[in-house]
Amino acid sequence: MNVPVEFPLGLAAALFAIGAFGVVFRRSVIVVLMCVELMLNAVNVTFVALARELGAMAGQTAVFFVITVAAAEVAVGLAILLVAFSRRRTLDGDQFASLRG
Amino acid sequence: MPEIQTDLLRWIVAAPLLGVVLNIAAALGNRAKLARLVGPASVIVAFGLALVAVLRLAAEPAGAALVDDVYGWIEAGPLAVNLAFRVDALTAMMLLIITGIGSLIHIYALGYMDHEPDVARFFAYMNLFVASMLVLVLADSLALLFVGWEGVGACSYLLIGFWYAERANADAGQKAMIANRVGDAAFLIGMFILFWGMNALHLPSLKLSAINAAAPLLASAMPWLPTLVCLLLLVGATGKSAQIPLYVWLPDAMAGPTPVSALIHVATMVTAGVYMIARLSFLYAQAPVAMDVVALVGASTCLFAATIALVQDDLKKVLAYSTVSQIGYMVLGVGVGAFSAGLFHLLTHALFKALLFLAAGAVMHAMHGEIRMSKLGGLGAKMPITSKVFLVGSLAIAGVPGFSGFFSKDMVLEAAFAGGHRVAWLLGLMGAACTAFYIFRAYFLTFRTEVRAEPEKMAHLHEMPPVMTVPLMILALGAVAIGWLGLPGGFLWGNVLGEWLAPVLARAPGHHAHLSAATLLGLMGLATTAALAGIALAWVFYVRSPALAGRLAARSGAAYRLLWNKYWIDEIYDGLFVRSYAAWSRFAWRVVDTTIVDGLVNGVGQSVTLLAGLWRRVQSGDLQHYALATLAGAVTLVGGAWALTAGF
Repeated sequence: MNVPVEFPLGLAAALFAIGAFGVVFRRSVIVVLMCVELMLNAVNVTFVALARELGAMAGQTAVFFVITVAAAEVAVGLAILLVAFSRRRTLDGDQFASLRG
Repeated sequence: MPEIQTDLLRWIVAAPLLGVVLNIAAALGNRAKLARLVGPASVIVAFGLALVAVLRLAAEPAGAALVDDVYGWIEAGPLAVNLAFRVDALTAMMLLIITGIGSLIHIYALGYMDHEPDVARFFAYMNLFVASMLVLVLADSLALLFVGWEGVGACSYLLIGFWYAERANADAGQKAMIANRVGDAAFLIGMFILFWGMNALHLPSLKLSAINAAAPLLASAMPWLPTLVCLLLLVGATGKSAQIPLYVWLPDAMAGPTPVSALIHVATMVTAGVYMIARLSFLYAQAPVAMDVVALVGASTCLFAATIALVQDDLKKVLAYSTVSQIGYMVLGVGVGAFSAGLFHLLTHALFKALLFLAAGAVMHAMHGEIRMSKLGGLGAKMPITSKVFLVGSLAIAGVPGFSGFFSKDMVLEAAFAGGHRVAWLLGLMGAACTAFYIFRAYFLTFRTEVRAEPEKMAHLHEMPPVMTVPLMILALGAVAIGWLGLPGGFLWGNVLGEWLAPVLARAPGHHAHLSAATLLGLMGLATTAALAGIALAWVFYVRSPALAGRLAARSGAAYRLLWNKYWIDEIYDGLFVRSYAAWSRFAWRVVDTTIVDGLVNGVGQSVTLLAGLWRRVQSGDLQHYALATLAGAVTLVGGAWALTAGF
């Protein structure tokens, strides 16, 4: 089955747009973090699609790096969120505007 | 003219300067005893050294000078000024006046300031004054003379405001400072122009002897220059020597301790203007117009101040206006070209007026600060010595024959008459009559007539201790004797002082018109009559029928009020200069400074604050705003790049 490259690219663009929208407009910090994952994965889809289309394996290699970094990012991000929550008793991102602990 | 090198002269100045240092140390260490020793001693040492210098000079032929070149002071382009001292006949006279009378006044001050806790500061200022005054008369260049000139001005300011806790005293000090600033500015400009002229003649020097020597050259090369310079220097002299129009500071300067008034504002500093004109006599001789102005200023000041002194109630104010008036005679003398006559009056006045001031100070001291004559009277019985020396001083200043003022005042008036300055002569003669009246009015009201003071003050009244009366008696002796140094030519030993000074002074054109013996005697008789009439009038008004004075004052209301209020000169100056200056200052403060300058500076600050306030909103701290901004930026960049490559 031969899927044209526009399909995965369109999917990636849609995922990225949804992620970006979520990052910018959602209140809950956890959802924001999830949306960041969504954006990263949209990029992954692009990498894979173009690697296959162009026959270059470097693109697929990059995906592994992105997944690793994303896992690490989630681990750190959630840890920060836990601490922030225990301090502020909220997960509303608007409440984290001050740098003061 | 032979010049003898000697290292002696620098020590004359150094002695009082050392006194200043020790007195400052005494003030810091609270050692009043040390100050009371060092203060007078340093001046007496200076007197001894000055005496040695004068005797050495006297042993040399006439016209010689002692010089002491200490070191090169200024070298700038063509200008080179050395810190160098020079003693010639004129400086010798000034040296003896300053250190001699200065010593007596310092000793008197020991008694006068005996209850003063701050005596070390007092003697530090006094010694600094003596040192500055010595620099002024010893200076061999106009630049160094100006250093002394400013130094005495500063000390005068410090000493007038010695009791600075009282506002009036501090104000009087400032008035003296500001009036002198006006004169000093003119003096400086005159000095600059003079140097410019000297430089144009390829004689770039400010040495007094060089200026005097070059005066005829200057006059022939640039006829306007001596006149302009002399007039500017005259303005400087009117400030320092309290002449019209800058005399206003001197009467107020009596706010300082009385020894200060006697030393600075009578005997020495205020005569600096006369000294300066005499010092530059050869330059002044080349500027007949300036000389006429000098004579006019002197003569009019003489009568003007004497009329004010007629009605004042404050004894020290009477003496202060009297000083202004007497310096008028000196200025008149040098103005008509009789330099030695002016200097002779400077010498006699230094003695008899210092005497009068110190006697008035003794009264003030005994009466616990009371100096209004309406509250004095009848003190002669309790203070016989003070009363007698005041009488001697009064006879001297009034010009009674045989006393020193008679000889010197007469010499000045004669010179004015002989030089054809008939108006100036008449003003001087009227001034002489006024002088005799006001000084005897002061004498009668203070020491004779009935007692007007409160009984408890009179009960404590006593004669002064010897530390104050002995200097008074020495001065009284001098006030009688010193006049005999200047007898009319040919009589007994003649004009000793005049001959002593002659080699260093110029002969002004027109001065040596000889008067016949009959004219001389006539003039002398007129002056004596004027003096005796003044004394008699004072006696009638204040001793014989005291009611008369009050009735006359009431009758001639307007004239009396005019004199009582000193012609409203202070008020006029206040309106013309002080107020307008204050208004201008307020404008500069409120409009220029507060509105424009502060507005600019604050405006810059405020606009930065405003912009920063706007920009601050961008940094909300909200992560999502930043994310949105990043996204928008990325979209713009990518979109822009795409649009460009796509060729829109």
